[in-house]
Amino acid sequence: MARLTEKTVDPASEAGYVDHPRRMGFFTDTSVCIGCKACEVACKEWNAIPEDSGPLTGMSYDNTAGLGANTWRHVAFIEQRKPMAYQEPGVDHRDIDGLALAEQGFSVSEAAEEFRWLMASDVCKHCTHAACLDVCPTGSLFRTEFGTVVVQEDICNGCGYCVPACPYGVIDRRADDGRAWKCTLCYDRLGVGQEPACAKACPTESIQFGPLDELRERAARRVEQLRADGVTDARLYGADPDDGVGGDGAFFLLLDEPEVYGLPPDPVVTTRDLSAMWRRAGAAALLAVAGAVAAFALGGSR
Amino acid sequence: MPSLGTSFGRGGATTFQQDLQNSDCIVIEGSNMAECHPVGFQWVMEAKAKGATVIHVDPRFTRTSALADLHVPLRAGSDIVFLGGIINHVLSEEKYFRDYVLHYTNAATILTEEYRDTEDLDGVFSGLDTEERAYDFHTWQYDGTEMRAASGERDQQYADQTRGGETVRQSARGEAHGSGGAEVGNPVRDETLTHERCVFQVLKRHFARYTAEMVEQICGIPRDTFARVCDALTANSGRDRTSAFVYSVGWTQHTVGAQYIRTASILQALLGNIGRPGGGILALRGHASIQGSTDIPTLFNLLPGYIPMPHARSNTDLDSFVAAESTHKGYWANTRSYLVSLLKAYWGEAATEENDFCFDYLPRLTGSHSTYETVLTQIAGDCEGYFLMGENPAVGSANAKLQRLGMANLKWLVVRDLSLIESATWWRDGPETETGEIRTEDNATEVFFLPAAAHTEKDGSFTNTQRMLQWHHQAVEPPGDARSDLWFTFHLGRRIRQKLADSTNDLDRPILDLAWAYPTKGEIDEPDADAVLAEINGWDANGIPLSSYEQLKTDGSTACGCWIYCGVYAGGVNQAARRKPGGEQNWVAGEWGWAWPANRRILYNRASADLDGKPWSERKALVWWDAEQGRWTGHDVADFVADKSPHYRPDDDARGPRALSGIDPFIMQGDGKAWLFVPAGLTDGPLPAHYEPQDSPFRNLLYRQQRNPVREVTQFVHPDNRLQPSGDEPGSKVFPYVATTYRLTEHHTAGGMSRWLPYLVELQPEFFCEVSPELAAERGLKHIGWATIVSARAAIEARVLVTERMTPLIVQGRRLLQIGLPYHWGPNGYSVGDAANELASVSLDPNSHIQEVKALACDIRPGRRPRGPDRVALVRDYQRRAGITERTGTEM
Amino acid sequence: MGVRQWIEGWPVYRQFAHGDLLGRGAAVKSGASDRLTARTATADKVVKSVCPYCAVGCGQNVYVRDGAVVQVEGDPDSPVSRGRLCPKGSATKQLVAGSGRVTQVLYRRPHGTEWERLDLDTAMDMIADRVIDSRRRGWQWDVDGVRTRRTMGFASLGGATLDNEENYLIKKLFTALGAIQIENQARI
Repeated sequence: MARLTEKTVDPASEAGYVDHPRRMGFFTDTSVCIGCKACEVACKEWNAIPEDSGPLTGMSYDNTAGLGANTWRHVAFIEQRKPMAYQEPGVDHRDIDGLALAEQGFSVSEAAEEFRWLMASDVCKHCTHAACLDVCPTGSLFRTEFGTVVVQEDICNGCGYCVPACPYGVIDRRADDGRAWKCTLCYDRLGVGQEPACAKACPTESIQFGPLDELRERAARRVEQLRADGVTDARLYGADPDDGVGGDGAFFLLLDEPEVYGLPPDPVVTTRDLSAMWRRAGAAALLAVAGAVAAFALGGSR
Repeated sequence: MPSLGTSFGRGGATTFQQDLQNSDCIVIEGSNMAECHPVGFQWVMEAKAKGATVIHVDPRFTRTSALADLHVPLRAGSDIVFLGGIINHVLSEEKYFRDYVLHYTNAATILTEEYRDTEDLDGVFSGLDTEERAYDFHTWQYDGTEMRAASGERDQQYADQTRGGETVRQSARGEAHGSGGAEVGNPVRDETLTHERCVFQVLKRHFARYTAEMVEQICGIPRDTFARVCDALTANSGRDRTSAFVYSVGWTQHTVGAQYIRTASILQALLGNIGRPGGGILALRGHASIQGSTDIPTLFNLLPGYIPMPHARSNTDLDSFVAAESTHKGYWANTRSYLVSLLKAYWGEAATEENDFCFDYLPRLTGSHSTYETVLTQIAGDCEGYFLMGENPAVGSANAKLQRLGMANLKWLVVRDLSLIESATWWRDGPETETGEIRTEDNATEVFFLPAAAHTEKDGSFTNTQRMLQWHHQAVEPPGDARSDLWFTFHLGRRIRQKLADSTNDLDRPILDLAWAYPTKGEIDEPDADAVLAEINGWDANGIPLSSYEQLKTDGSTACGCWIYCGVYAGGVNQAARRKPGGEQNWVAGEWGWAWPANRRILYNRASADLDGKPWSERKALVWWDAEQGRWTGHDVADFVADKSPHYRPDDDARGPRALSGIDPFIMQGDGKAWLFVPAGLTDGPLPAHYEPQDSPFRNLLYRQQRNPVREVTQFVHPDNRLQPSGDEPGSKVFPYVATTYRLTEHHTAGGMSRWLPYLVELQPEFFCEVSPELAAERGLKHIGWATIVSARAAIEARVLVTERMTPLIVQGRRLLQIGLPYHWGPNGYSVGDAANELASVSLDPNSHIQEVKALACDIRPGRRPRGPDRVALVRDYQRRAGITERTGTEM
Repeated sequence: MGVRQWIEGWPVYRQFAHGDLLGRGAAVKSGASDRLTARTATADKVVKSVCPYCAVGCGQNVYVRDGAVVQVEGDPDSPVSRGRLCPKGSATKQLVAGSGRVTQVLYRRPHGTEWERLDLDTAMDMIADRVIDSRRRGWQWDVDGVRTRRTMGFASLGGATLDNEENYLIKKLFTALGAIQIENQARI
């Protein structure tokens, strides 16, 4: 754990905040997710996100299909032929009558026990090294004092550079106004000391909100505990500051490979080439100046 | 809930949701808790985090199964065999909690010599009247006791006097036990539990045929899986450990549904899990105040507080009614004070000793007048007006078409709801306007749609699933014409009283004498809900609020609208509005809201202590006897007379609560015991027996008797309510699959509160059916294509979800494929689809009059259903192929 | 706005003054972001309520501003729900303030093909008349010679989201009118 905290960079400081609050984030523990989608609805209610109903997808119980401009929390459902991760209840099991089972031809129970249904609530990762922010020419995408990454809708001009930059495919433009939208980690709520709407609603604390360093410690303990209980598939995703995005502000405990959940196995910040990054940053700064001047000129004393 | 009522004394969940965290093993069966009660499920997760074993028994692998340690798929409609098998295991392997069973249940009680079990009569109990299709339960009684019981005797009296089709079972007698069992005198007991007629031995013989092999053959549960459940439950029950059962309408909605819950009650009593932390039976209700709707019922057979509605024949005046309804021992001995106080709350000054406190003003029953009988009276034209207040039977009731045909024959219909639900619009766009069975221009029903106020727009209390009243405060004014149902009812009554004010007709006296002066407030004259709650709580002669039902009087000096709620306004304070944060209290949280009775959170909790009043174990301590103070004390309010010593023994002539001893924890019962065997109060047997569902592809492997012999079907014979052949009967193969209905997290019941909400609709946008890959292959169904599901009542279409979560089962040596059908949809709203309830028949449980929608045989075929008259023709064709007549399926 | 303020509000100035050299943080915070505040913090009042969906009984906090519900979320004080809500509970604002609600009385006359408008007072009066008529037509002093003192003329079916106080008045009124076919979702 010490290794993690030592290496943790402080994105808020790098973005010019002094005496800023601790970096806040999400730990989504999918091992206790019940797939209720309260997070999706609480998010949409709080952020007044437009409805976007489509037909039945047939992707298990997932009808929102993925993160997008109008879906900032998304619950994935994965039906699998794998044993359920169950705890040893600590009671003696009587001997199983194998002959009787054999007489049946096949064992239904065996098949049933091999089945599991994974559910996981996905969200913007609020990367330590956020490519969307790096490429944003207008300064619409910015790093908050909480270390989160937020789109400022009064600035966004809909250029869409951020969309392909995101290694997770999270950020997306709305069809009607073309502007980019994604999870803000409820920046407005954080500002008044409240937790994000999804984390508040989550019935089983699958979505946990808090200071990122604390969440990482808690997550490490949880993985250890699950593994000790025989859930050997348990692993963290996005918790490592040494990964391709410098660690995620929103990370996950998964029960299978990331690909199974539709997550890239090895995400890399698309702007990792430093010189390229600086070039873009310079361009961005220039554009920001132009944009700001234009905005001030047009907006007056708004 | 007649089963919990007859088993333990009160028809409510014996425990509360938060207490699940103390369980060592939780069996969720007949419930999909994670999906239907997601926030309550956090307490299951808490238990799991502490190492509890969570078992989900369900035909489908659901979101509850996904989080369980073990999912046990079973055939829908076979739960009594599964639970009976566990009982047999517990008895034969001697895994029961002997001290608990011996002293706190009626295991030692000896039955009459006349009793004959299903073992003796091949699947029926003694006393079956095959003409009336009803049981005379004299022979189910305890030996050596003079039966003076309220319910038992009265029922029998009534049955004796009955002619024609009016029978005891039709008046829903069982449900009147919601809050109390019947009475017994001094039963003869055999403390060795060896007497051949003692309940314990009867139980052993009765369940002996419920073997692991039978469980395998009937439920489709392999023996090793069954053994794992038995082991988990028995290893986690006893002095140090407790297990809890969680159920829901997956158990109640069967023709033998009450007995499902009875089977679990027997099992939990044998394991010593009732009245203890982490134990109990948690009934999960699906609606915000469904518990409240039976406590203060809008039910035909009950008055507030589970006092039965009087019956036309047997009760002519207050004295005879009270004599029939009171018990000798326990709290029902005070029935007169409860009823007189209610009559004073109803008729105030007009209710006097001289006029029997207006007892004669109460209308009388002549059989069952449940919602399903009412539909028939509508179709017959006898019932011409109908109020629907927040209910959508055009989608939500079994055989929804019958409901619409009933509404189509009304003179007038008042629908009060938030949105234009199907029950308000069937005359212009219902399924029958499409088939041509209803022509809008020809239909004469006058329809009033009155918009309702939402919970945020009115004050009031809900009683949640754990009998806890919580007050919701008005936040904003209702928009436009929207009004609360309190407003509607009060002002409707006010207007009717005004219009009748000059009447001298005797039939108008009850409405004119009614105490109906509620204070109103604001611009719209909203009645003061607080004042109504105060009346429900009751007051003494000086208008001082009462604090306990023990204060109620028989002389008319107290008024009380619902005796079990007495205390909710103690001290003139709305106790339901208490909100001391949970974090500042122990897990019982007794200062949040108010729970009946007397703010007790775990019922029968005296059973958490041993004979001497000490907790069975420190780990499972809840309440205990403090000898120094001479009182019961502990974490919860003791469900016992506070200063009654565990060593108290009553005199032979004691009456009422004092007639129960210090080791009688079930204080509403006439003998103070949990009833393993129910001598009175249930209409279909003193013990549970497995019967096949009304429409089943299988014959009953356990008994010759195929279906519940006293289920309610014969009164519902109607061309649009045809039943199907079952088991080996010719034609049964026309309906080879078993469907079960349910709800999804993303929607609510018949959709009135979810199909108009875009944020919910986008999560589950279309009606679908769930089938296994095997069924899809067998019938050529394509994933997210269309399927048509057909029963003898209807043909509906649904999108197909092919999923391995639907497990094929081996039942009676052959493969059974089941179909899952969420029932939220109808033609209106932002998300539309056929209603699953079109498929179900009106076939009811004889105790609760609840319909069987959790297990029904049907067929499924690829493609969309026919349109117009062809839809009806398809159903008729299936009826013809199956050889269905009006008699099919009505056999006893 | 003075020149000094104008200069200080200029992102490039802020970028250097605040050390946000890449212009990705404090320097580019927009006016809207600056003014951003949670509507839960600016509500006129917070009203204690209970979720109207299932019977878990989750506590709800209803945030009201200018006489309108602006947010509904879980009440952390509730020992049952601890501040959490399921998707339906989380959609409560859409239930009470959404587009699906009808807030006007609608009337369909016999054989009518369309809804008509009716004012609430008239509707109440008409309904009272119909209750009185149907009650009398369906009145039964006795059945087979035994006193029943009741009417079969009208029936009622209520949902189980009715408040206890509402159920109490419904049962009281209809019983006094002699109606016995009074039922509830609790049966179903």
